[in-house]
Amino acid sequence: MAEQPRKKVQEAARGTGTLLDIRNLRIEATVYPPGEDPKNVVIVDDVSLTVERGKVLGLIGESGAGKSTIGLSSMGYGRGGVRITGGEVVLNGRDILGDERGLRKLRGKEVCYVAQSAAAAFNPAHKLMRQVVEATLEHGVSSREEAEKRAVDLFRQLSLPDPENIGDRYPHQVSGGQLQRVMTAMALCSKPDLIVFDEPTTALDVTTQIDVLAAIKKAIRDTGVAALYITHDLAVVAQVSDDIMVLRHGKTVEWGDTRQIIEKPKQDYTKALVSVHAIDHEEHAPTPVPILTVDNVTASYGGGRVKVLRDVSVDIHPGQTLAVVGESGSGKSTLARAITGLLPPESGSITFDGRTLANRLADRPKEDLRQLQMIYQMADVAMNPRQTVGTIIGRPLEFYFGMRGAERNARVAELLDKIEMGKGFADRYPAELSGGQKQRVCIARALAAKPKLIICDEVTSALDPLVANGILKLLLELQAEEDVAYLFITHDLATVRAIADSIAVMYRGELVRYGPKGKVLTPPFDAYTDLLLSSVPEMEVGWLEKAISNRRMEAAGN
Amino acid sequence: MGSALILRLIAQRLALGVLLLFAVSVLIFAGTQILPGDVAQSILGQAATPQALENLRRELGLNDPAYIRYFRWLGGVLTGDFGTALSNRRDIAEALGGRLWNTLFLAGCAAVISVPLAILLGLLAVRYRNGVIDKAISGFALASTSLPEFFIGYLLILFFAVELQWFPASSTVFDTMSFGARLQAIALPAITLTLVVLAHMMRMTRAAILNVMQSAYIETAELKGLSAFDIIRRHAMPNAVAPIVNVVMLNLAYLIVGVVVVEVIFVYPGMGQYLVDHVSKRDVPVVQAVGLIFAAVYIGLNMIADIVAILANPRLRHPK
Repeated sequence: MAEQPRKKVQEAARGTGTLLDIRNLRIEATVYPPGEDPKNVVIVDDVSLTVERGKVLGLIGESGAGKSTIGLSSMGYGRGGVRITGGEVVLNGRDILGDERGLRKLRGKEVCYVAQSAAAAFNPAHKLMRQVVEATLEHGVSSREEAEKRAVDLFRQLSLPDPENIGDRYPHQVSGGQLQRVMTAMALCSKPDLIVFDEPTTALDVTTQIDVLAAIKKAIRDTGVAALYITHDLAVVAQVSDDIMVLRHGKTVEWGDTRQIIEKPKQDYTKALVSVHAIDHEEHAPTPVPILTVDNVTASYGGGRVKVLRDVSVDIHPGQTLAVVGESGSGKSTLARAITGLLPPESGSITFDGRTLANRLADRPKEDLRQLQMIYQMADVAMNPRQTVGTIIGRPLEFYFGMRGAERNARVAELLDKIEMGKGFADRYPAELSGGQKQRVCIARALAAKPKLIICDEVTSALDPLVANGILKLLLELQAEEDVAYLFITHDLATVRAIADSIAVMYRGELVRYGPKGKVLTPPFDAYTDLLLSSVPEMEVGWLEKAISNRRMEAAGN
Repeated sequence: MGSALILRLIAQRLALGVLLLFAVSVLIFAGTQILPGDVAQSILGQAATPQALENLRRELGLNDPAYIRYFRWLGGVLTGDFGTALSNRRDIAEALGGRLWNTLFLAGCAAVISVPLAILLGLLAVRYRNGVIDKAISGFALASTSLPEFFIGYLLILFFAVELQWFPASSTVFDTMSFGARLQAIALPAITLTLVVLAHMMRMTRAAILNVMQSAYIETAELKGLSAFDIIRRHAMPNAVAPIVNVVMLNLAYLIVGVVVVEVIFVYPGMGQYLVDHVSKRDVPVVQAVGLIFAAVYIGLNMIADIVAILANPRLRHPK
């Protein structure tokens, strides 16, 4: 008797109306900062949101905004010892918190999760199909046969190649973009009411991202599933969401429908996010004598077996920036390795400041090393965690100029000033700095050598948009002051527009387009540059459909 | 394509193992040559005349250069002839056969108990990690490892042989014994060995699985709503196989090679006791033979661990 009415209520709830209702959510964690006592921090503070059936809510914010934490709370899950300490999470009409056994029944059945890195989220030891249907079978949603049939249908819907057999492959046999779609199929397989997408395209190349984005959008539309779509990229979330919630430091900044957030943001922070990358950078004309000339360089791994650079020639002019763009595997970083001597070229030559550079790093004099510095993507791992900022920046001063004591300290303070951090940071350790500050210290270390050329390898890729913007502005200012040239490796075309004087587009180890920025970014385009440019998400509702229909060439990740 | 790569890797391991075994045989031979003392002298005793010593040396080929003696020894070993023991003039291969079988039987029984038990306890410790069960398992295992094996051995004899009289105190076995009687005879040494190797395997199983539990795919499994034990069994275990097999093989090797003390305590006629007896009699050919067999067991088991690690890696089994 009691079963009957409850079932009716549930059925009614399944039709339309509110699916997920989070009220006054508060999430805390204990952190252990180096050299201090453990302390409690509030990660999410008084956040309330609702998701209607079949609707997509985008959660957007910088890292540390609490996006993923909120997303996972809809499954009652706290990652890494995070505790839900207040509020309610009401899913399908019932509060799910505090019922561990009930949580297991809803995870994988009512709510599924798509992680940022599908490559890490799949178990390397099992075939894809087994993992895709696992939750469906665990919760008894359907028989194995039906589940596998549905999985194949979903593979087809998500435009995966060879949908009948891709399930027999192991995760490492499938590309990153494809894995991300298989994971989406995995989430859809048990016919959940809600899917949490946690930055599902962030780790992908821009040309692959657009395909995965389109596939996810289509799958959401076709299956009528509701979704929480988490990302730091407003342009991406604008393509898939009905509503957007902007988060900062665990609090709600603004919540509205997508068009309003993109076109008429109310809060200052949202306005800053929408207008990010608005750096105006006029390109400089090439000078008569380049500082670095790469002439027909060919390089390979495995003793000539795998050609990774074919006949690449570029010039970099003093005090200017050459941006090298392309997707992963295009040879961007390999070019940097060839220039620094880490990967001696097979043929071709590299001329720097009028003299030919030795092919091998070991054969280069100290002076060549000093004038050619590098900054890396991961500032964290590019610094010794047991050295203070002062030691890190002071090291090149000692090594190249023999500076000691007060003289060295004065110069370190000067450099800290240049990167807008102040000499108080000299005694800090890298672990005490934010991501942007770490990258600034790496910039100061490179500058300390007074180089003529700095190779910047994806230096802003790991940073939040606003922080990345600050770094780019700093790099431009320093360039004007120090007259240093940059070789700027990136896959982000917005960054290229902001910083480059000339651009080299690379594809599978070859240079497909090269010249001054204005020329490279002006049509007519070759097919690849067109694909690359048209794949960059624009902050405009409906951009995705337009971009997909206008494409001339398929992405290599497919 | 995958199988060709795997076969090549396995062939490499096998070749490496054989090469290593030859290197070890050189070391064993060289080591026993460096030992002070003269074989002829030790056979004939202090009272031997110089003439008799010279005759015996010539008869045993002791006057030949070392490398000729090495190859003569190696050639014998390869054809199953380990020479004769100096102390009692018996054929070593013949004496070894039964002893090796006894040692393998004891090690096998200890392994059959300890390996599944260690892995099961490791799984339980992970499932209830940092709780009472985990700490109890770890505490018990560490205590049993910390106690020297002779102490455990005598303790077991005191309780189970003297007080309760369930098992015999000395593990005498002979050919005509029934299987059941044989098991009863070796029960105490087998338990002693189990207690000695259990903790290492259990702790490593726990550590290997906990390491895997940090992976993102474990979170995926949790978010599928799987039970904690299913997550460990289906998702953590297959990825922890290689390190676990490694430590299991090391311990199996110890069960065969390191049983000397236990065999002496329980007066068990295995390889260990045979070795100890003949070391004290300066019986060089026997020491060489036993050393070589121990080395072969060690290398062989480690080779198996390597091969399992290759086979357990899906990237090698199924290349792109």
